[in-house]
Amino acid sequence: MFESLTERLDQALKKLTGRGKLSEADVDAGLREVRLALLEADVNYKVVKDFVASIRTRAVGAEVMDSLNPGQQIVKIVDEEMVRLLGDRAPMTYAPSPPTVIVLAGLQGSGKTTTAGKLALFVRREGHRPLLVSTDVRRPAAMEQLEVLAKSINAPAYAPRGTDPVKIARDSIAEARRVNADVVIVDTAGRLQVDEDLLIELKAITDAVPSQHRLLVLDAMTGQQAVNVTSAFQQTISLSGAILTKMDGDARGGAALSLRAVTQTPIQFVGVGEKLTDLEIFYPDRMASRILGMGDVLTLIEKAQDQVDASQAQAMEKKLRAGRLTLTDFMEQLKQVKKMGPLEGIIGMLPGAGKIKNLAGALPDDDQLKQMEAIILSMTPTERERPETIDGSRRRRIARGAGTDIAAVNRLIKGFQQMQQMMKQMGKGRGIKGLPFDPAQLLKG
Amino acid sequence: MNAPPDPQDRAPAERQGFWKRFSNSLDAGRQAYVADLKEVFGRAALDAAFWDDLEATLIAADKDLAAQMDARSRDLNLEGAPAVVLVVGVNGSGKTTTIGKLAHLLRREGRRPLLAAADTYRAAAIEQLRLWGQRAQVDVIAHQPGSDPGAIAFDAVQAARARGANPVIIDTAGRLHTRTDLMEELRKVRRVLQRLDPQSPQEVLAVLDAHVGQNSAQQVKVFQEAIGLTGLAVTKMDGSARAGVVLSIEAELSVPVKLVGIGEGLDDLNRFDPGEYLDALLRMEEAT
Repeated sequence: MFESLTERLDQALKKLTGRGKLSEADVDAGLREVRLALLEADVNYKVVKDFVASIRTRAVGAEVMDSLNPGQQIVKIVDEEMVRLLGDRAPMTYAPSPPTVIVLAGLQGSGKTTTAGKLALFVRREGHRPLLVSTDVRRPAAMEQLEVLAKSINAPAYAPRGTDPVKIARDSIAEARRVNADVVIVDTAGRLQVDEDLLIELKAITDAVPSQHRLLVLDAMTGQQAVNVTSAFQQTISLSGAILTKMDGDARGGAALSLRAVTQTPIQFVGVGEKLTDLEIFYPDRMASRILGMGDVLTLIEKAQDQVDASQAQAMEKKLRAGRLTLTDFMEQLKQVKKMGPLEGIIGMLPGAGKIKNLAGALPDDDQLKQMEAIILSMTPTERERPETIDGSRRRRIARGAGTDIAAVNRLIKGFQQMQQMMKQMGKGRGIKGLPFDPAQLLKG
Repeated sequence: MNAPPDPQDRAPAERQGFWKRFSNSLDAGRQAYVADLKEVFGRAALDAAFWDDLEATLIAADKDLAAQMDARSRDLNLEGAPAVVLVVGVNGSGKTTTIGKLAHLLRREGRRPLLAAADTYRAAAIEQLRLWGQRAQVDVIAHQPGSDPGAIAFDAVQAARARGANPVIIDTAGRLHTRTDLMEELRKVRRVLQRLDPQSPQEVLAVLDAHVGQNSAQQVKVFQEAIGLTGLAVTKMDGSARAGVVLSIEAELSVPVKLVGIGEGLDDLNRFDPGEYLDALLRMEEAT
């Protein structure tokens, strides 16, 4: 996410870090680039102005200019200011006396209904019992959509047809008691920030039911309108936070960087994919370091711990240290990496990831993984354990069995051997804890 | 299952001309923009900050009025037996709604469109298109959720041939342009269509949300490279004075804006008319 901004900022800051001494003019030239990078990323211009001004004030102070490495100091200041810009963490809280009510609002197509489903899954993982409520009587099939999502995660849904949104909201509390739910997630119809009738309706919905959270669901790709949109909803229902969606695209970060500064609305979650598990808590410090190309190793580790079976990982690690990796293990690893989500997303969290270009083409996609699996499954157990025994005639047989050609088999075996080589070089555990291998190493292969 | 209320019912008395409604809807956004400009120009000194702010205001407006809106062809090419209109775009841009309104627009012009529900991924997307089909009184071809979009496209074209319907409008699942795997899926749908008729699809329209800023250009570029676009449909133009980025996209990437949407009602879609659009945008006496 935010790759283009990361790249531009990296170029701008390189001008400052590349040299020993800095004059004020050097700093100004560098900051001008930073400013343009942010404006092109659709960051609100008032935000950009204040941001650059506060960096300049700190950067031209004697402390920085006279330090041994002023460029590094400035990068540190940019990082700190960016964290400040992104605001504090806004943890999920629950009402002392249930139910906790969460109302989702936003423009058409920002992703409210999908996010409602993701949020239901999130609160359930925190040990709560969600009820999904649809007050969207306007968009065709919006209620069906929420019901389908609820069913897919086995959560109850409340979407009565032929009544008005305010009544549905009011009745949802009784429904929550009836189905023994302690979190009520209220989806609302999409509405524009200039549509006064519908903003009044939204106000009526939030008046009808006491809510702990009133969250704006906002497309991360929203341009300069992000601030206007947020302000209008803020004034109408006094937002408690925001959820930025479609962060897995190549949004440039304008909405994320402007929201908090202009509207005081903290970002609480980010949506990072189409699956219902693709909702992440928003951490300003991690986001800042991702934007500045410093990676987000913390999130990566958490993902790994979430998805990778610890005992399996330990067994794998042992094998790795002994240099006894088999093709069966290779397959297992690829599957585990797949569970953590698209590889591009994982790479994006590694330090310096912004510099790796055209990653998409270099990574195996789902089809290729399927083919690799077919090839490995066409081998005998012995062949999987000792790939060096696979000679020409065996290769032919394997290719036939997997419905592919010998070249594909050769590629797989070669890739595997390279990886085995690499693992040996890695020697004594330099990998990330919880991960049986270092993804950065694997991808270089 | 009951059909939701038609948003047209909200203000039946206010059914005005399309561009007049568009112009009215712009006021809030336009006023904010003009206020920003006024603030910049109202200053005493033309210092460095002035130029910085002016530059920033102009970038913020997403607007490049110099973008040439020369005489591009904005007509939909509906010559075929049947012609096929393939509708693509990122998630939430408004594909399904645009298709419902387009079906209505074409029917009013005396055509017999047929809709194909090839978004088999999003929950209840098929149901949503069916309801639009009911509103616009056109048939919808659909399979089960999760089925192959190419197969639906194929069936829809066959059905249109049998029923004498034209054009076939194909709804596809929203996909972020960064998903290369999903771009391949679109190419497959196109291959299926071309096997039935080498001229097909006659139109490939990308649906853009006017609220998306500089990212729109990237979206158009990627969809253009992946499957080739014949036009753009810009949605949610109401409430956004800053849709100017779309015009720069048109100039830069040579994909004409063919349709604009300004609301959720059946009548809230029209063919794009640059003259009317600029008039609506520049009717400054209302804003100031």
